[in-house]
Amino acid sequence: MGFQPVKFYQTGTYTVGNRLLSDAERSVQAGESRSNSINSGHRACQGCGEALGARYAIDAAMAGSNNQLIAVNATGCLEVFSTPYPESSWQVPWIHSLFGNAPAVATGVAAAMKVKGKTNVRIVAQGGDGSTTDIGFGCLSGMFERNDDVLYICYDNEAYMNTGVQRSSATPPAARTATTMPVGSEPGNAFGQGKNLPEIAMAHGIPYVATATVADLRDLEYKVRRAMNIRGARYIHLSVPCPLGWGTASNDTIRIARLAKECGMFPVFEAEYGEVISVSKIRHPVPVEDYLKPQKRFAHLFGKTPHPETVARIQAIADRNIRKYRLLEEGEN
Amino acid sequence: MLKQTEGSKAVAEAIALCRPEVICAYPISPQTHIVEALGEIVKSGELTPCEFINVESEFAAMSVAIGASAAGARSYTATASQGLLFMAEAVYNASGLGLPIVMTVANRAIGAPINIWNDHSDSLSQRDSGWMQLFAETNQEAVDLHIQAFRLAEELSMPIMVCMDGFILTHAFERVDIPEQAQVDAYLPPFEPRQVLDPAAPVSIGAMVGPEAFMEVRYLAHAKQMQAIERIPQLAAEFKEIFGRDSGGLLRSYCTEGADTIIIAMGSVLGTIKDTVDEMRAEGHKIGVLGIISYRPFPLEQVKAALINCRRFVVLEKSLAVGMGGIVATDVRMAVTGTGLKGYTAIAGLGGRPITKASLHKLFREAEAETLPPVTFLDLDWIAVDKQLAREKHTRRSGPVAENILHDKGIVSAKFG
Repeated sequence: MGFQPVKFYQTGTYTVGNRLLSDAERSVQAGESRSNSINSGHRACQGCGEALGARYAIDAAMAGSNNQLIAVNATGCLEVFSTPYPESSWQVPWIHSLFGNAPAVATGVAAAMKVKGKTNVRIVAQGGDGSTTDIGFGCLSGMFERNDDVLYICYDNEAYMNTGVQRSSATPPAARTATTMPVGSEPGNAFGQGKNLPEIAMAHGIPYVATATVADLRDLEYKVRRAMNIRGARYIHLSVPCPLGWGTASNDTIRIARLAKECGMFPVFEAEYGEVISVSKIRHPVPVEDYLKPQKRFAHLFGKTPHPETVARIQAIADRNIRKYRLLEEGEN
Repeated sequence: MLKQTEGSKAVAEAIALCRPEVICAYPISPQTHIVEALGEIVKSGELTPCEFINVESEFAAMSVAIGASAAGARSYTATASQGLLFMAEAVYNASGLGLPIVMTVANRAIGAPINIWNDHSDSLSQRDSGWMQLFAETNQEAVDLHIQAFRLAEELSMPIMVCMDGFILTHAFERVDIPEQAQVDAYLPPFEPRQVLDPAAPVSIGAMVGPEAFMEVRYLAHAKQMQAIERIPQLAAEFKEIFGRDSGGLLRSYCTEGADTIIIAMGSVLGTIKDTVDEMRAEGHKIGVLGIISYRPFPLEQVKAALINCRRFVVLEKSLAVGMGGIVATDVRMAVTGTGLKGYTAIAGLGGRPITKASLHKLFREAEAETLPPVTFLDLDWIAVDKQLAREKHTRRSGPVAENILHDKGIVSAKFG
């Protein structure tokens, strides 16, 4: 494991003091060199985790490619809110084709760049969890298997938000969606086996897989930059809370994303060629209840008829993640 | 150079001469030999620079072609039957985005019941997709149409399917004149895209378009095909100047002068029809043939002009508009609206059912005598059909239709006619 414990967080906060870091590691809040690849003025909801995540990811990819970037987008919220033409927010060459084919379109763009000798131009494909884990899954697996020179970023908000919050294969168990209503004896989404895309990506043995959340944008930037330094198929799975679909306050997006990681429901790690190489440790362990309670999609678990057994099943998932990825500091496990 | 070669191989060589930059391949009969041959041509270094990508589905094949074409690369793929249907969403997307992809469709029936043999159900199902569709009569024409297709597609920035009959053409060995590279280079200039993904000049392609602009975009796709009606004969004429042979165009008439009866068809069956017509002409019948090369755009005016002096026509087509009759026949009837011409539809050759001269002789004579019903199903086994209908009438759980028919016909289901 390449993980180095960070010891200089300010007590009780998640903030790393810039003054404690070397110049190279200090984060820059704003700068003339930032590409602003997704301009302001788009139509994302207030507090949209995907808009925030995409802005940081694509700007980092621009920085990591010397501004030689082409973006491919699956159908979904990001595509719709960013391009009600002629008000495109995209300052990079950008193409949207279909819901389920972004990885394949990106393969085509990469092939064109290769054949034209423009290998300095890098390709990013992106989509939500619906296009990534469901309808575009075949194309994504094909792109991974061929090891095409594409960075694919999944903005995971755990349901089909663009069409009105329907369940996807990334929707967590017990969550309320428009197609998994909190009614009956087992309210919300059924407990299935889940579909862990980062692990499926790792199983393809591709050079780089990472997960991240919008609670730690520097970590996201680092991972995108790292991915841009690698050739071949790369995958970043980014947790992006959706105030609309999750039923959270729009000023709570960062907090909820952080709780997803801190409770163990969303492990944050990096992997190379199928092996985990680093893990972001949980700093303030919390029970899943702390993560679930602020979200209206889980409100039925804590209402007039509470479902402690369901919360316990979700806690068991988090505990398994914590064990599997060694998410706690040594000694805490 | 004259060669005795397989249709698929000849087409692969013609494609290579067109210098495609990205080729996507997914196997499906009867198209597979084309991409196999291209794979070898690319891997051997004979065609460079070119990326040959083995994709995981036809949907991915068309999607890779979309990405490559939008990034400015000349892009090609080939498919057939279920494969064309599997990529249908991307087929519409490619034309909607105005990307000049060229695709071979080795025409084959669509299941169920699963059937790998030739008819035109596959590409005709994509009739309204916005792709142009050119139908080859021979392997020579298949070769030539591909070269013309790249030129036309890129001029108009719209995609084209070159349709050739599965097995009948793709797997037939015959004499084909493979053009020289210099000839193709003289005819087909390098691809200059109208739109391209380029970091030096960023554009958004495929943005959300609302009611304020959608109709105009769709109309322009139609307008492009109307332009193609003008350009297709011109490009065929230019082709003749360089390559020295007639190939392509909108339509091709055969023995139609003074013909009272004209048989209309697309693809390789025109050969059998011409042979039959030759024999009938020798007996004094006033009969001719009209081959449709450009199915989309459909040359309404030109079809009308070609038929105006006859008394009746028969559209013989390898496709069926279930619940209605003929697909091509509908277009032809549209073309002759107001002329008072008598039209017949003959559905023939579905799922590879042989279309024999004997059956055509009978069909054409009945047409001349005007004793044909409006829609005829050539060589349909009415005994088998009636037996199944009776079975369904008497037994609720009558079982799967196809298996019943096969059972009734016995193990020698390959005995035709």
